[in-house]
Amino acid sequence: MSMFPTSAPHAHAPDSVPRIMGLVLLAVAPATLYGIILFGWPALNLLLVTVLACLLCEAACLRLAGHAVRPFLLDGSALLTGVLLALSLPPWAPWWIGAVGGFFAIVIGKQVFGGIGQNIFNPAMLARVALLVSFPVEMTLWLEPHPLFSSHAPGVLEGLAITFGGIPNIDAVSGATILGRIRTELGMARELGQILPGHYQAGTAALGWTGGSLGETSDLLALFGGLWLLWRRVFTWHVPVAMLATVLVLAGGLHLLNPERFASPAVHLLSGGLMLGAFFIATDPVTSPTTKLGQLIFGAGCGAFVYIIRTWGGYPEGVAFAVVLMNAATPLIDHYVRPRIYGRTWRGRSRPVPEHAKRPPVGSGEAE
Amino acid sequence: MKLFDFWGGVHPAGQKHLSADQAIRVLPMPDRLHVPLQQHTGRPAIPVVKVGQKVGKGELLGRAQGGVSASVHAPTSGVVAAIGDFTAPHASGLSLPTITLESDGEDRWLEREPSPDPFGLEPEEVAARIGEAGIVGMGGANFPAAVKLGKARQAKVHTLAVNGAECEPYMTCDDRLMRERADQIVDGVRLMLHALQAPDAVIAIEDNKPEAVASMKAACQPERQIRVVVVPSRYPAGSAKQLIQILTGLETPAGGRGTDTGVLVHNVGTAYAVHRALRHAHPLISRIVTVTGGAVAQPQNLEAPIGALVDDLLAFCGGMAEAPARLLMGGPMMGQPLPNTQIPIVKGTNGILALTAAEARLEATPSPCIRCGRCVEACPMGLMPLEMSKRARHDDLDSAEAFGLVDCISCGSCAFACPSHIPLVQYFEYARGALEARQRAEQKAKETRRLLEQRQARLARAEQAKAEAAARRQAEKRQAKAKGGATA
Repeated sequence: MSMFPTSAPHAHAPDSVPRIMGLVLLAVAPATLYGIILFGWPALNLLLVTVLACLLCEAACLRLAGHAVRPFLLDGSALLTGVLLALSLPPWAPWWIGAVGGFFAIVIGKQVFGGIGQNIFNPAMLARVALLVSFPVEMTLWLEPHPLFSSHAPGVLEGLAITFGGIPNIDAVSGATILGRIRTELGMARELGQILPGHYQAGTAALGWTGGSLGETSDLLALFGGLWLLWRRVFTWHVPVAMLATVLVLAGGLHLLNPERFASPAVHLLSGGLMLGAFFIATDPVTSPTTKLGQLIFGAGCGAFVYIIRTWGGYPEGVAFAVVLMNAATPLIDHYVRPRIYGRTWRGRSRPVPEHAKRPPVGSGEAE
Repeated sequence: MKLFDFWGGVHPAGQKHLSADQAIRVLPMPDRLHVPLQQHTGRPAIPVVKVGQKVGKGELLGRAQGGVSASVHAPTSGVVAAIGDFTAPHASGLSLPTITLESDGEDRWLEREPSPDPFGLEPEEVAARIGEAGIVGMGGANFPAAVKLGKARQAKVHTLAVNGAECEPYMTCDDRLMRERADQIVDGVRLMLHALQAPDAVIAIEDNKPEAVASMKAACQPERQIRVVVVPSRYPAGSAKQLIQILTGLETPAGGRGTDTGVLVHNVGTAYAVHRALRHAHPLISRIVTVTGGAVAQPQNLEAPIGALVDDLLAFCGGMAEAPARLLMGGPMMGQPLPNTQIPIVKGTNGILALTAAEARLEATPSPCIRCGRCVEACPMGLMPLEMSKRARHDDLDSAEAFGLVDCISCGSCAFACPSHIPLVQYFEYARGALEARQRAEQKAKETRRLLEQRQARLARAEQAKAEAAARRQAEKRQAKAKGGATA
């Protein structure tokens, strides 16, 4: 028997990093599948290219750094980064967007910092922000749903042509996301009462029958996936609830003040990448605070930035920016927000027991 | 009774079913017993017997020395075969001064006076008798019970919390004791209350032991001052600090004692030992040990003499069903790995655990921290284990200390919860050791400096005295000369 001394504990929760990554991948699978069905073969091509780029870059970096490639490649983190990045891209984006994004996410966003657990920014969101700033045209090419096998959807070969050769007739397929339309038309001094009817229905938006990034359109699927992860205790409620509640409160408050200028909370909660971001992006353990209070602050900050960017910023959507900004604040939050140590004051001094508190436990000494 | 919550904690698989239904059996007396002179916190006992000396069962082998110490007694009658070093129950495999006793097979008690009614004795006298019986905290703390009781009486403790939580997975010795010997435990509790001069006692039991709860409740029925409270099963509810928090909502101040909250915590096994000592004049020479784990052929609860070898206990349980991947003294959360089976059980041994490779999850290799915060969530002390381990790894001891290294109770909840399988407790133990070594070195350097300064001062004084003496002589000489000149 192996008898080398090792420290207790000798029991362990049935939990591991690959298992966590696997559960998250499983939870995001419905939204991913829905995105592929909604936008057809080009979406699947883009997903595969992005994931492949991430895995190749991960393997190359691990080899360069002299780490064991297999265990890290198989921990599922690079795969998850690839999937989340692809879900945040325009579904018919050319292949090189996925490839460059994958490279940026893994090499610049993760491995340069030292690999898994070391990165400051969420790799997928950092890559999305970099792509959006560098290639604004390709990154804002939105289209109406082109469901798989429907009459106007491209076939397999056409899909390959779109991903690897470009979209033949861009104007015929492209459209605006609801957040984009609101931004543009508010800019033209129109009011929400004129903008929304005909373009926005809460029900279809929630179900995801609308334009947008590959995996962000179905808020319900993202919500169910997120709730399932909560139930499986992969993460706790603090980040998503704080993020969604902050958007709800800000949007609700301002909508009450001026419904013609500020969209309703329903529009905000059920559009864009908020739901996906709240449950799958902001909850990334590596780049969010480790204490519960810190996570509440982080989530609230993400929500506030999303709302501010959507409402007053230069882009119609702000989930990626919001998450990356709050990622940068995470070390600061973790530095200042620490739990109180048992038997100590918040300042770390010994915490005396007040004299009046030293009394027998309530009810002790009496018969039950 | 209103209960409070403690922070964090984890839910390891109980695995108590392996041995919970096995009634306590008495281990047949082994031929040889190895009784270490230090089985407790404090200074080791001093041997009072000689090699070759015949001793009766219960006879004093080693006497407590100093304020914090405990005596050890002969677990059976026989001959002292050796007084020397023997492997101690510790992962290091280092040895401790140990008295080896050869059993004469008679198990003959030493002649004793019949014990008087303990309730007629002064509280100090009761505590003194508990001390003479060599009783230490049997929940694993191993602190001499009489010392604890004496300090608690001075601190005017109002409640004795009797710890029957037994939150360690696999362990069932307290469970069986409570099921089978409830009246004796309750009597021990009453005696401790008398020694403490405290009004109330609560017996805390986790809700995964309904039989023990029922048995203890029945035994407490006539005692209005002793109550049984059922606490939720969550590790480490049986840690003294957490148990106090559950019962009172108060926290033991950092650097202070549990009694600062007005509560003294003692294990049910200690209460039972107190009963034996005061009603039957039996010193602490045996205890209940759970022998369990997937690798043990027939897990059991044994009443074993102190000094019996782990090997003796395992053999009585049918040996190993398969080669264990880990052999531990204690439970899986805080147990000590044993280097081999030729190691004696001591007063604080609650169990022998032989884990299979699957149970010990040996396949889990550490991977980098992903900052998930599960350790922070699990820590019952409000610490940030991930930050502490990061600093301990880089030998940044001051920073690790600032994050609360000294507040860690080594319960292992963080390492249990860690999905990256980082041996967090091992890092903390290392850092604490390094910190202590540094403090010792600093102390030594200070002492050296003090001695050096003293020596220099002494030399300077001698030099000065010499110079003064020389000057005086010179002056005398001059004076004599002058006088001589004058007379001439």
